[in-house]
Order: sequence, then C-alpha cells, then structure tokens
Amino acid sequence: MTVKEQCENVKRMSGTDVRKCMKCGKCSGRCPAFHEMDIKPHQFVSLLAQGRIEELLKSEAIWSCLSCMACVERCPRAVAPAAVIEAVRDTVIRAQGANGMKAEDIPPMVDELIPQQLLMSAYRKYNK
Amino acid sequence: MKICYYPGCTLKTKSQALDQTARLAALALGVEMEEIENWQCCGAVYPMARDEIATKLSAVRALDYAKHNGGRLLTLCSACHNVIKRTNEDMRSDGEICSRANNYLQLEESYRGETEVLHYLEMLKTVVGFDNIAQKVVKPLNRKVGAYYGCLLLRPSGVMAFDNPENPTIIEDFIRALGGTPVIYPFRNECCGAYVGLKNPDLPKKQSERILRSAKEKGAEEVITACPLCLYNLNEKGSGILPVKYFTELLAEALGVKS
Amino acid sequence: MQRIGVFICWCGSNIAATVDVERVADAVKKDQGVVYSATYQYMCSENGQQLIKNAIKEHSLTGIVVGSCSPRMHEATFRKTAEAAGLNSYMVEIANIREHCSWIHKDREEATEKAIILVRTAIAKVNLNAPLSAGESPVIKRALVIGGGIAGIQAALDIAEAGFEVDIVEKNATIGGRMAQIDKTFPTLDCSACILTPKMVDCAQNEKIDILSYSEVEEVKGFVGNFSVKIKRKARFVDEKKCTGCKLCMEKCPSKKGLDEFNMKLNKRPAIYIPFAQAIPNVAVIDPEQCIKLKTGKCGLCQKVCGAGAIDYTQKDEYIERGYGAIVVATGFKPIELNAFNEFGYSENQDVITSLELERIMNAAGPTNGVLLRPSDGEHPKVITFIQCVGSRDTSGCGKPYCSKICCMYTAKHAMLIREKYPDTEVHVFYIDVRTPGKNYDEFFRRAVEQYGVDYIKGMVGKVYNENGKLMVQGSNLIDNEQVLIESDLVVLAAAIEPEPSVRKIATLLTASIDTNNFLTESHAKLRPVESPTAGVYLAGVCQGPKDIPETVSQASACAAKVIGLLVKDKLKTNPCVASANETMCNGCSQCASVCPYGAITYVEKELRVDGKTELRRIASVNPAVCQGCGACTVTCPSGAMDLKGFSSKQIMSEVEEICKR
Repeated sequence: MTVKEQCENVKRMSGTDVRKCMKCGKCSGRCPAFHEMDIKPHQFVSLLAQGRIEELLKSEAIWSCLSCMACVERCPRAVAPAAVIEAVRDTVIRAQGANGMKAEDIPPMVDELIPQQLLMSAYRKYNK
Repeated sequence: MKICYYPGCTLKTKSQALDQTARLAALALGVEMEEIENWQCCGAVYPMARDEIATKLSAVRALDYAKHNGGRLLTLCSACHNVIKRTNEDMRSDGEICSRANNYLQLEESYRGETEVLHYLEMLKTVVGFDNIAQKVVKPLNRKVGAYYGCLLLRPSGVMAFDNPENPTIIEDFIRALGGTPVIYPFRNECCGAYVGLKNPDLPKKQSERILRSAKEKGAEEVITACPLCLYNLNEKGSGILPVKYFTELLAEALGVKS
Repeated sequence: MQRIGVFICWCGSNIAATVDVERVADAVKKDQGVVYSATYQYMCSENGQQLIKNAIKEHSLTGIVVGSCSPRMHEATFRKTAEAAGLNSYMVEIANIREHCSWIHKDREEATEKAIILVRTAIAKVNLNAPLSAGESPVIKRALVIGGGIAGIQAALDIAEAGFEVDIVEKNATIGGRMAQIDKTFPTLDCSACILTPKMVDCAQNEKIDILSYSEVEEVKGFVGNFSVKIKRKARFVDEKKCTGCKLCMEKCPSKKGLDEFNMKLNKRPAIYIPFAQAIPNVAVIDPEQCIKLKTGKCGLCQKVCGAGAIDYTQKDEYIERGYGAIVVATGFKPIELNAFNEFGYSENQDVITSLELERIMNAAGPTNGVLLRPSDGEHPKVITFIQCVGSRDTSGCGKPYCSKICCMYTAKHAMLIREKYPDTEVHVFYIDVRTPGKNYDEFFRRAVEQYGVDYIKGMVGKVYNENGKLMVQGSNLIDNEQVLIESDLVVLAAAIEPEPSVRKIATLLTASIDTNNFLTESHAKLRPVESPTAGVYLAGVCQGPKDIPETVSQASACAAKVIGLLVKDKLKTNPCVASANETMCNGCSQCASVCPYGAITYVEKELRVDGKTELRRIASVNPAVCQGCGACTVTCPSGAMDLKGFSSKQIMSEVEEICKR
C-alpha cells in the first residue's frame, strides 16, 4: 500500500472528516492521557490531514489513548480524534507480527481481582 | 414484569456482586431480569473502525434475541451497555455496517436496530421511577455518596443519550432516592485509566487518585459506579482514598434485600 | 396572433461556454408566434438593448423573450427596454438559461437541450400574455421601528430628522437595548452610556418620535406603503403620564427579591422598578410575578407612597392599531444559553461568568459599583482567564456555526481594562484565532498584548473545574504543544450571540424570511444588505447578522435612508399581476378570502343574468391595491373562478405542457 492509500484507508476507517478541524486544540486540552502521548490528539488529526501517516504509525501514543471519548464529545466541529487514533492503531496491529500485546504477556500482569472486562478490552485494543 | 437481561462475562466472575445485588433489588421492585440465552462476550470495547464487523456480531445477536423477546434489552455493566448501545445505533443508522452484519448473521429477518437498549439505571428511572424506589427504601443511606459515571455510560452522548455528558444527574437522583446525599465533584466523568493499565500502570493510578481526591475534597464518604473496570482501577490503584462500591450494592442495602 | 422576438444572451462565456446559443436561437425560429430570433454577447448592454428596440420596431413585435440570467437580475432592465420601444412591459418574459442552466450543467449538449426547452416555455407563455398596467397606492408617511436598541434608536432619529413620524416599539420598559448594558466601547474605550444616552434623550425629545416602551407588535396587515399594525401595550401598572421617576416606590417596595435583568441577574431589584438611572421613559414598571399586591391583593405600599398617584393595579394590556408606510426591524441579540457547555462549569461555579456579566460588574452602576469583585465571595480576583469562542464556530450541534464577530474585540477590551485598573491582576486569554478586521481594531488588540501584557494562549479550554476553592482551567497551548492548567479566580466566557428569540414571531408577522440561525435574510447579500425580501421591511443591527456598534449604526442609518426614500413618495406603483374573480363562475364560497394573507378579498352582492334569468349572487371581489399576487386564492378556488393576471392558469399550464413535450 502506498502512503496515500494508507492515509485514505485510515480516514475511511475512522469515519471522520479531518478537514472539518479548525485547529482549536480543545481535544488536547481535554485529553486525560495528554502527558503520556508523544503525538497529541490534535496532531493525529492534523498529521493525517497532511498525509503524514508514517509518523502516526510509529507513534507511542496509540497505546496510551484511553478511548474515553472526551475529545470526541467536546470537539466543536464534530471531528473524532479518538477514532483517528484507533484507526491508526488498528492499521498497526493488523499488520502481521505487529501486535501491541501478545497473549503470553498477559498472565504475569494478572492479579486476583482483575476483571475480565479489563483483559478483554486491552486484548481487543492491542491485538488482532 | 420480565425484561431481557444481558449480564456479560465480568458479572459472572469477578463482579458477581454487581449482578446479584441488581437481581435482588430488581425483584424487590417488581422487575424480573431474564437472562438471555446463549449470550456471548460483547467484546468489552466498541470497535470504532468502520470496517470492524465481526467484532460487533455478538452484540447484534443479543439485540436480535431481545427484539423477539419483548423488544428491550437490559444491561448493567457500563462496558456492555456502551458496546451494545453503539452497535445498535450502527445497525439503526449505518446502512453499510447494517447490511454487512446481516450478511454474516443470515437471520430469518434482518436486524435493523429495532431493540431498545436500556441500562439498569435508566430502567430504575423510567420504568420503576425514583419516587417508587424512595417509597420502598427501608434503610436510608444517610451518608454522602459521590457518583462516578466514568466514560462509557455518557460518551459519545449523541449515541448514548444517557444524560448530560458534562453535568449528569441520574446517579445523583438515584442516591437521593435512597436517602443519601449526592456529592457533585468535577472528576465524576473523567476516565479512570481504563485498560491502559496493562501497558502503563501509572496512568490508572494517576487518574484514579485524582478522581477519588476530587470526590473526597467535595465531601464524599464513598463512591459508586456501574463499571467493573472502573471499580477495579479506583479500588486497586486509587490508594484507598475512598471506598468504591457498585451502585446496586447501595440499592440492595437501602431496600433491605442485601444477602 | 403574437409576433414574438427571441433574444439569446451569451453573457460573455457565462452562458455561451456551456450552451450553444446559436443553436438555441435557431431551434425556436419556427415556433408558434416567433418572427425574429437573435443572439448577442451582452444583451443587457446598451448595444444589446438597442438590438431589442430595433427588432421591436422593425418587426412590429408584440412580445419578446430574453434568454439570459435570472429575472432577479435584468427583468426590470428588459421591461424598460421594451417600454422605450413602445411595447407593454408585461409582454416581456425571461428564460433563465444562466442560473437555471449554464451555471449548473457541465455537458454542453444537455445544457443546450435544456436551454431550448426553457426558451420554448417562455415563448408559450408570451403567446398568451396580455398588456397589463400598474395602478397606484398611497403611502402612509409614518415609519415603525421594532426594537429600541442602538439600531432602532439611530434609525428612528434619522427618519425623524427627515421630517417623518416614527414609532419605536420596545418590548422592555426602557429603550437602550444591549448597548446600555455595556460599560466601555471598543476601540476607543469611551463610556457606552455617555455616547448612548444623549441619543436616547434625543428620541424622547423629538416631536416626530413616539416611544412605545413595554410594548410588542401583535399583528401586521397590509403591504409596502400601507401596513396596518396592531401593537400590544403591556400593562406596566404605572401611569406613564403621571410617574415622575422619583423612585420612592422602589425604596419602599417590600418585595425586593426580583433578579435584576439589566444587571444580568447578578443582584436583586424590587418588584416595582426603573431598569436603570437613565431609562427612557423614566417610568417605573411592576413585575406582576413578584408584586405582593398583584399576587395576593395585600400590600399596596407603592400606591400609598406615590405622590403623583401613578400606580394603577387595575391596568390591563391595551391594543392600539396604527398605519405605517415602512417598517424597520431592529430586534437585536442575546448571548446564548450555556447549558450545552458544562465543560466550562458555568452552571456549577458562580465565578464562571459571561462577558456580558463582566460588563455589568465593571460598570459603575452595576452590582459591585464598578469594582471588580468575584460573585462567590466578593474578593478581588487575582488571576482571570478568558475563554473565547464559547459556542461560536461550533458545528457539533451544541453551539452556533457562525463567528459571533464581536468577542475578540470585547475580550481584548476587558483584558486591557482589567490590567489598567488592577495592574497586579494576571490575565490569560484562550483563543482559537484572533479576528480583528476593522479600523484601528488590530492595533487595539495588539495594545492588550504589547502594552498591557495580557497573556494570549493559542488553544481551546477542555475543562474548567473547581478544586480547593480555585477554578482550574485545563486547556491547550498549541504553540508550545502543551496542556496547561491555570489556577484562576475568575473565568470569563465569551458566549456566542444569537438573535433575540422574539424575532421569529416578528418574522412570521412580517412574512420576512429568516435563516437557520434565526437571522433575518437580506434581499441581496451584497447589493441590498438592509432590505428584507418583503417590500417595505428593512433590517438593522444584529437581527440580520453579528455586528458591532459602528456597523449597527451604519446599517441603521442605511435603513433610514431607504425608509426616507420610500416615504417621500406620495404614491407607489402597484403590481398589476393581481387576482380577479370570474363573476359567472364564482359561487361565493369564501375559501379564497380565508386563505388571503393580505385581507384583499371581500364579497359583493351582484345581479347577474344566468340562463336568461336575473339572479342576485354573492361574488368575490379583489382589492387590487391590497392584493400582492401571491396566487393562494387561485389554487384554493374550487370552481376555477379565481385567476391571476399575468400568471393565469392557462399561461402556467401552457408552460408546463411545453416542458412536458419532450
């Protein structure tokens, strides 16, 4: 896939129109995981609009997004940064061998109380 | 009155308290929660990518079952509610996802989002009524309780249509009905850190402590939630700032049905 | 049999690039009635018009069809051209082959085919056209201004200056509007009241101006030059002629818990009150929801203390009806409700306020006598954070899609005034863009930054929350790619503005069009910016779109010029395309009268010869001076007796048939 095709694919997967962004930064102003991210939520939208998908695919931030939807909820332009981040992450984990979390990584992390919901969420978010 | 009920995996294992107290309380309020047949894990997170179809099918199956069995599907776990409600909206309004999902499932009759997804709290508010609950309270809470909404019940509000996403009131009304005093604090709709703990344990810790600190500062003596993952993070990563319980535990307590 | 000329315009390349104009002219050459057909580069030019005039004379044309732009552009031009050549102007039809054809099609073949059909449709109509002549109607030399803010005040003063009588209908107890609430004005920082109140006083003293305060427009009938308007004068329970404005009643009133609307509900006022010191008229009003006497029958203290005997608890709403030649709508604006923006904590935190609330706090006549104190505890705020674009430029459904236009400037003003008066205060402004087009505007904003040291942060706030008595403002700093958290004492929201909601009712009464944001629509965005598409109705101020005071005043004066231009005329030409009833077919059923929006239809008893006998029949009669030619009656009439001159059923059907031939 060319870079351009990859961009179009991520845009399609995210279902969001990045051109609607007016660069107000409200998404990043609200994000609870902001300080954990190398590339910030508003930059996901901006970089995708510029076609700079390669930088996004290398980003560590895709593993930090909480999918809490605060950015989506508050965007004044109905853009969904969280959906862009998820589309980038899906693109990464769908590539063979690029899983963000392997099944064997999980048991050492599990404590007695950890709910299935947490494991399932993480596995779905980080793995395909 | 009977209503189709989708418990979800966690409520059968680590969060039996949520399931059991909910059932007991519902019975005391005249609602029988009928567990649907052959339900499967909802997937715990709603897959946002528009080309994700297979990961939505178990939710559609549950919805289709409910469609033929009363037309309503009761949920309790916030995550299940979020996944099932958002999937239902896709089936209702996204023609492409709807037709692709139906192609997979080959149901006798296509499913098009006909079922009404109802969270237990919504059921208490609209079906039972908080006034009726208040009348059945035998042991008023008489304490200050902070509602923790988290993300999944509220957002995205356009689809969830649960409450005002920045200034929700339903759990506060619920606390009032049980004879408690709701404590409104600014972090009640902030994320607890969710599943990211497996990658980055610091984030749930930071978030959970912040949430509980905020609740405590505004005077809460305890915090309630509808989400097993939130409960886990707040209790295990929140440095014990405040005790956290399921909202149904308080309901059962107030109604005097706690086992 | 008509002798029709067809004139196809190229409009440079606007039409000719997409439509084969020669083919169009050629295709209709042999059509019924057509004796001449030609094309020209610009038919609206002097030369083009001359071509038409010559053809009319040389070929003895009885009707013409011009295939060109929209009739909204040049119908009037070509009608005058025809008249100059001795042809009745209603024998001219326009086939719109530009907006309806060349501009919206790409395929030349398709566009040409469509242009031919459109021209043929017009030819079919001209074949059935008959000469019409316009009548005349008198002009009532009095204007109505709806809304007594700065827009309405300026319009009324200018119209009165030209010698015409003007009534200002203001729904509040005083004129002055929003400008009266504002403390200082940008970009000069002069006191708003100091420049507004002289104009208010001028209105009160001007013999030509009648201020109908505490009144609302209830019904509008008629048309340009001849409006008849019913006005409700709401019961204020105080005799306007007797009240001296001494305010003794305000002091003695025991019910002091009303929220002071003028001060944005930041303080309390008595049940009987005068909104502010310079109110015009300077007459008290009683809030019936709050007055103990009106609610319970007990009290009556104000009546006892009133030396002028002005208090009248029995007052009822009164209705008056007046005639006007022109109407100016100047209904103004309000800040939006902030219920959908709880992320900024407006409803939970007293110290999160709107900019208009800050205006009152900063004003010497405001709730804190002009001292900057925060509402929660009356302390001086040391750190103040402004958030711009709250609800503006919002397409998510929570706010308004447009830029409110005034917020950048007033926020810079607030920041500057605070830094000037309280230099130890730290001021931050979150902005998305700073928009300051206008004379001396950007210079003004830059002064806030460069001279007053206001901290402008490029980014939006995500959340405002209360922690340990401080307002924590969490937002983006996009320039530094940081998330910042500012511990503030006061947060000021630049809330979007929206048209005053009562404008919807006014628009309906006036049949004036309104857009999806409730702004009244102007007739042409560039060339007729102060005229409503409804003749005789003019728009001033924010009811037409967001604008600041200088723009509002300019627009109000422009409205006044338009109104004066109308009122100086003794008579107006009426539209000859009016309805009339065929007497032998009308059965007097009254359905037409019930749908007529102008009240133009009455009934007469008339003797008619039917089948050799004389019968007395009830027949519809249309007043041609009142009829606006809307056609509602013609489609309602069950017997087909009602028809519209120039747009008869036969003419319309012949057009439809022509289109359907293909």
